[in-house]
Amino acid sequence: MDPSVIADNMPAFLAGFRLSLQLTLVAGAGALVVGALVAMLRVSPLGSLRAFGAVYTELLRNTPLTLVFFFTVYVLPQFTPFRFFGYAAAVLALTLYTSAFVAEAVRSGINSVGVGQAEAARAIGLTFGQTLTSVVLPQAVRSVIPPLINVIIALAKNTSVAAGFAVVELMATGRRLAQGNPGESIMVLVGVALFYLVITIPAGQLAGALERRVAFAR
Amino acid sequence: MRSARTGLVALLSASTLALAACSGGGDAGGEETEDTAGGGTETAAADFPEGSTMASLAEEGSITIGTKFDQPLFGLRGPDGNPTGFDVEIGKIIAGKLGIAEDDIEWVETVSANREPFIQSGQVDIVIATYTINDTRKEVVSFAGPYYVAGQSILTLADNEDIQGPDDLAGKRVCTVSGSTPEANLIENYPEAEVQALQAYSDCIEPLRNGQVDAISTDNVILAGFAAQNPDLEVRGEPFTEEPYGIGLALDDTDFRMWINDVLEESFEDGSWQEAWEETAGTVLPTPEPPAVDRY
Repeated sequence: MDPSVIADNMPAFLAGFRLSLQLTLVAGAGALVVGALVAMLRVSPLGSLRAFGAVYTELLRNTPLTLVFFFTVYVLPQFTPFRFFGYAAAVLALTLYTSAFVAEAVRSGINSVGVGQAEAARAIGLTFGQTLTSVVLPQAVRSVIPPLINVIIALAKNTSVAAGFAVVELMATGRRLAQGNPGESIMVLVGVALFYLVITIPAGQLAGALERRVAFAR
Repeated sequence: MRSARTGLVALLSASTLALAACSGGGDAGGEETEDTAGGGTETAAADFPEGSTMASLAEEGSITIGTKFDQPLFGLRGPDGNPTGFDVEIGKIIAGKLGIAEDDIEWVETVSANREPFIQSGQVDIVIATYTINDTRKEVVSFAGPYYVAGQSILTLADNEDIQGPDDLAGKRVCTVSGSTPEANLIENYPEAEVQALQAYSDCIEPLRNGQVDAISTDNVILAGFAAQNPDLEVRGEPFTEEPYGIGLALDDTDFRMWINDVLEESFEDGSWQEAWEETAGTVLPTPEPPAVDRY
């Protein structure tokens, strides 16, 4: 157990860390957009849209992430012209999977806004879209931000699944280094854990701080 | 107080007796196993130097062996729960020489990443798991053998003749396993190849068919297994590395290492090594000459 193995391989760790962070940010942004759209579907007045949104969230939210990866890498090429692999496949799988959790968080936020707000908005002649974007969503955002940050923290950890699908992020970097330093595999894994903490702990702090601000605003 | 103490003494002496009885029973058990194993004359614990690993394993009458559970031809666990393959047969030869019956071998799955930790912590007695002998590994574990020398090779689609050797991999997407020796070798010696590391070699096959990768690279024996199962795939060129497969055991257990080396050499001579090969990997690969054991 010699911590110098971490210092000696700092460039490799940093490259892996950068890719993990990038996956978190890109897939996180994508998931926020897709998830918000799906949440809107779920509160839409049209039954078919609501049903689609429900099936989408329940399917993705209740299957293992590894399976979602398998579908994007192995199954998609069988039935469609898409040949996603490596980074592109990882972004797609992580975005789809995380968007279901975002949709659930946003939907619960929308439901937390008193129904009278939407009724009043419709009464003064706003359309459904206007009601949602100008009246309900701005109020929902406050209660949605802390759970959304938890979703992003989970996403940061979930990026490690990409290690098994040709993406050399932190976890795959750790495996490579453990292979090259068989006596120090435990220390290498400790290093990997530390780099994940660099992403997740500040995100958790941010969630706490925002929660306090939201509470004050109320 | 006094009665409690007497009770304790009585208990102690009783347990000593029980222990003695146990060890007596153990010896008898050992001889029985020997008879059922049929043949081995030099297998009783008493025939090994006192305090050696061989003596204690023979006395226990069981051995824990780490092997792969997902490697066709070498160590693949079937539906009945028992692994089969060349590594497994080698394990049975060694256990047999210790007077341990096949049923008393405990097989534990070792994957590439956990072989050293499992040996160091004593979770397994030996590892026979397509385990390449190299100098970095020799710093933490000891190796008997080799009992086979594999080499890294390349697999492509049968109708793709662009790749005939490792130098043709430049700019190509090459699939291998994350954290494996072939991956490390490609990165170091063929930096222009785009290494795509997945979880298992079998995961590389569909992406190869779909054109998501251009080639798969790992030990020739693994690729030969895939090519035998899939007529649309072909192994390209000669192996470009030497991967001597050894038997991993605790660092500095030199007596045990030398004893296993003796067992291997004996199996090379009496034909049991060849028989083990022909029953397993020999179904798709030619029978090689036995390698020279490395008594470092």
